[in-house]
Amino acid sequence: MSRMGTARVRMPESAKRGEVFEIRTMVQHPMESGFRLDNRGKEIPRHIVESFVCSYNGKEIFRATLHPAVSTNPFFTFYVVAAESGELSFTWQDDQGGVATATQRLTVN
Amino acid sequence: MRECREYVNVVRYMKLLVFATDDIHDSHDRHGIFASRRRALRALAAGACLLTIKPVMATPDELADTLRQTFGDRAINRGKVKLEMPRLAENGSVVPITVSVDSAMTPQDYVKSIHVFASENHLPRVLEVQLGPHNGKGVFSSRVRVARSQPITAVALMSDDTVWAAAVNVEVVTSECGL
Repeated sequence: MSRMGTARVRMPESAKRGEVFEIRTMVQHPMESGFRLDNRGKEIPRHIVESFVCSYNGKEIFRATLHPAVSTNPFFTFYVVAAESGELSFTWQDDQGGVATATQRLTVN
Repeated sequence: MRECREYVNVVRYMKLLVFATDDIHDSHDRHGIFASRRRALRALAAGACLLTIKPVMATPDELADTLRQTFGDRAINRGKVKLEMPRLAENGSVVPITVSVDSAMTPQDYVKSIHVFASENHLPRVLEVQLGPHNGKGVFSSRVRVARSQPITAVALMSDDTVWAAAVNVEVVTSECGL
């Protein structure tokens, strides 16, 4: 399991129960499509993030499946309902075994 | 991209031909018999180039196939989905996209998944996201690559098994060969 670049998550630290809040995420990754050639005309092998999953207290709440047409440094914004205090975890996996993770605490009041 | 590589190779080949003929004959025979041969070679190489370049885009049939694979025989309706993308994208490799689906996002009625397709990219599938009632809003944003000017389609699968779609034409100023 190799490491990937920095993962960044931006979300509020606390929210009211039932409030819908926004999460913004980004991970550093070349997203090499596999269709490009280097300057010798050799194909650059594909190296992309294949999946991104967000879990809220262990339950999967958002999953993205990525294809080569997602830009470098994949970026996602999505929404979540604040249900209870706990932890949100974020996992990115690429096609060469690379994994990036991030966690954030959320206080619901 | 196979065709891209072919194109690059053909261009190189053309240059080689042109350089070779120029090197050997230019100084001696600027307007003579070799000049016409040079022209002929150039025309030949250009012709070869035209023959070798095949369209690299996925065809509308391919998009239809992909849609059938993903949604089976479900009817794809227009509406409910709002796809926001710039009409004119300066750089095709980073195009912002926001998809919003009109849904109450209750446990009885929610968006199951949203799929984005670019029919004229090398691969028509761009990305898929899976949502549920815990998301509160059927909305997500990202950034995608658009190989050339083309319509982009966003399709949402709802919890009641209906399928809704929207499309936007995106004009790309700088398209990239790398997709």
